[in-house]
Amino acid sequence: MKKLLSSLMLATAIASPLSVMGGAAHAVEIEYWQYFFAERVEAMDMLIARFEEANPDITVKQTTFPYAQYQAKVAAAVPAGQGPDVVQLYYGWLRDYMQAGLLSPLPADRFDPAMIDAEFFPIVQAMKVDGAYYGLPTAVRTMAMFYNKALFTAAGLDPENPPKTYDEVVAAAQAIVERDAGGNLLVAGITATPVSQDAHWWREVLMRQFGGQSYSDDYRTVTYNTPEGVSALRAYTSLFMDAKVTDYGFMDESQASFVAGKAGILMDGSFRIGAVASVEGLDWGVAPLPTHNDITYNYSSYWLNGISSKTTGEELEASIKFMEFITSEESMQLWLEVVGELPARSSVALTDENRADPVYGPFIAGLETARATDFVNEAAQRQIWLDMIDMVNVGGVSVEDAIAEAAATEQRLIDAYYAK
Amino acid sequence: MKQLYDRLTFQQKKAYWAWIFLAVPIAFFCIVRFYPTLNAAAISFTNWNLLAPMEFVGLQNYQRLFTDPVFWKVFGNTFLYLIIGLPITLLLSFAVAYYLDQIRFMHGFIRGLYFIPYLTTAVAMAWVWRWGYQPLPIGVLNQILTTFGLPQQPFLRAPGQALVSVLAPAIWAGLGFQVIIFLAGLRGIPETYYEAARIDGVGKWATLWEITLPLLRPTILFLVVLTSISLLRIFDQVYNMTVDGQGGPLNSTRPLVLSIYNSAFKDFDMGYATAQTMVLFVVLLIITVVQLRLMRAK
Repeated sequence: MKKLLSSLMLATAIASPLSVMGGAAHAVEIEYWQYFFAERVEAMDMLIARFEEANPDITVKQTTFPYAQYQAKVAAAVPAGQGPDVVQLYYGWLRDYMQAGLLSPLPADRFDPAMIDAEFFPIVQAMKVDGAYYGLPTAVRTMAMFYNKALFTAAGLDPENPPKTYDEVVAAAQAIVERDAGGNLLVAGITATPVSQDAHWWREVLMRQFGGQSYSDDYRTVTYNTPEGVSALRAYTSLFMDAKVTDYGFMDESQASFVAGKAGILMDGSFRIGAVASVEGLDWGVAPLPTHNDITYNYSSYWLNGISSKTTGEELEASIKFMEFITSEESMQLWLEVVGELPARSSVALTDENRADPVYGPFIAGLETARATDFVNEAAQRQIWLDMIDMVNVGGVSVEDAIAEAAATEQRLIDAYYAK
Repeated sequence: MKQLYDRLTFQQKKAYWAWIFLAVPIAFFCIVRFYPTLNAAAISFTNWNLLAPMEFVGLQNYQRLFTDPVFWKVFGNTFLYLIIGLPITLLLSFAVAYYLDQIRFMHGFIRGLYFIPYLTTAVAMAWVWRWGYQPLPIGVLNQILTTFGLPQQPFLRAPGQALVSVLAPAIWAGLGFQVIIFLAGLRGIPETYYEAARIDGVGKWATLWEITLPLLRPTILFLVVLTSISLLRIFDQVYNMTVDGQGGPLNSTRPLVLSIYNSAFKDFDMGYATAQTMVLFVVLLIITVVQLRLMRAK
């Protein structure tokens, strides 16, 4: 709050003498919206201060909302023309916004599509329609394996040599897991809870490693109801049902047991770095997601920035300038250092220094094999996955039947979306 | 204008001022209640995701509702909350009020203790209960069970136990309010009836059945209607006690209100959400009317 205030004061301090002088150089104010996540807001405040310093005639007002309300606020405000000039959107929502004509295409003379194709990671090409880009991210996120070095040492494992394959992960988890005489879990070998990135790990990584694919290439057909899918699902459910290296839902959220030092291994996104790093006394490390059958994959997601189609005139010009600035190499490096999210330009991400970083390194390496699932409704598709796990875990349904039912439900959801 | 006002009779002036003051709540109800209700009814015949323009689809949303297995599961859950919750709530709160009414020692203090949960934020309470239901080593309820040598229970994680586990804090929280209302009702019964009963040598149970309960009818009616509506609209507890606020596992705790919320603000399917709202509206209306008739008839 203090920071917000001081940046606001700075903004007014810059803007007011100009408006007093009047005449040609009057200040333009544009509004930027994102959801509230402490490190992201802090990074954006720093970026805005730098931008306003370089462009004294423009002020940027940042507005944030709690994550839970963000989607609804944006969806209500943008069509009404009441919303922001530059808005941050989850990549999965983009299609709806473009279909409704709510975003301006980025002008090709300022954002050359050929340059973006060449310099950004290929996952951003989902935002290109008819040769024009409708949005660009500052940062992208991938997954990696967090592990607790103290628990590794206590279990007689080498903390500097974390497991590299799925089988080694299960073996390490077996060594770490601790139960009391009554069989109650005290320390989990690995996390497995509904509040986690496990669904992404399974859909884009485990599925491919077990020889399958969750969806057709255009993401319109569900293709996980196969023997490969069954093996991949068993690879996940066996963690708590057969190998018993964890209990499903232990401590409610995966990150909670890990930061409390009660879990050995956590598969999570790069956005978790900040939270894990801020825990005092936690001795942790990061390693790439485990491979299986020598196959390496990763999952990537991102928030992109777009310009509202309601923005015109000098606000539009200022918004374009601001977009150029927040997708510049300089901004991306700042975002990496403050938030821990990875630069969306390969030239910034893949520097030797970033690659060699013990924390960012594994995430950055993951970018090269990362896939971004093309969701029609991320929350609903995630719920179908969670229900599938519940069916197997507490519903008494076989893995085969659960996967068949989930595939049918998800296919209906996707079909209904495209039928509109 | 002044002359016109001066010409009014005293009665007319009274009515004039009554309407002036009534105009505020009437305007409020029209703008904040009735207009959105009618608007929602209209939206239920459209397909609208907030972003694209509304598209009229007729009864399609209602057709979809009746063929959606999740909707029927949710519909059933909503009534389970009512059928399990209502008798337990009324019995508990009446028992507490009945005995509390008979003691003088620390009466106010005990009444206060029952009322505190009602004042507590539902969200905070739901999270405390959520953690209480956890397996060992976290959950206090499972710690108590294992202390007595009983096996751990999954509570919120088993489809068979989850609904009751979510309902328990809702009942507990509402108890304070119902106890107060019952106490007020009990105090409202004239002491002379009891004196007459004592003189005639009527037993304790007969007094309860023949005097106390019949005279409490308006109180009971009030509480039945109010509690039914609040149980049919249960949301906070489910939203905060289940994973991602989805009413799991496997939709076993999801009430209609949560389904409406998800359709509207997670799926942005406003037409489908308002269609469900209309169903809930009709159900609430029917139940309230039936309850009022039943309780009045005798």
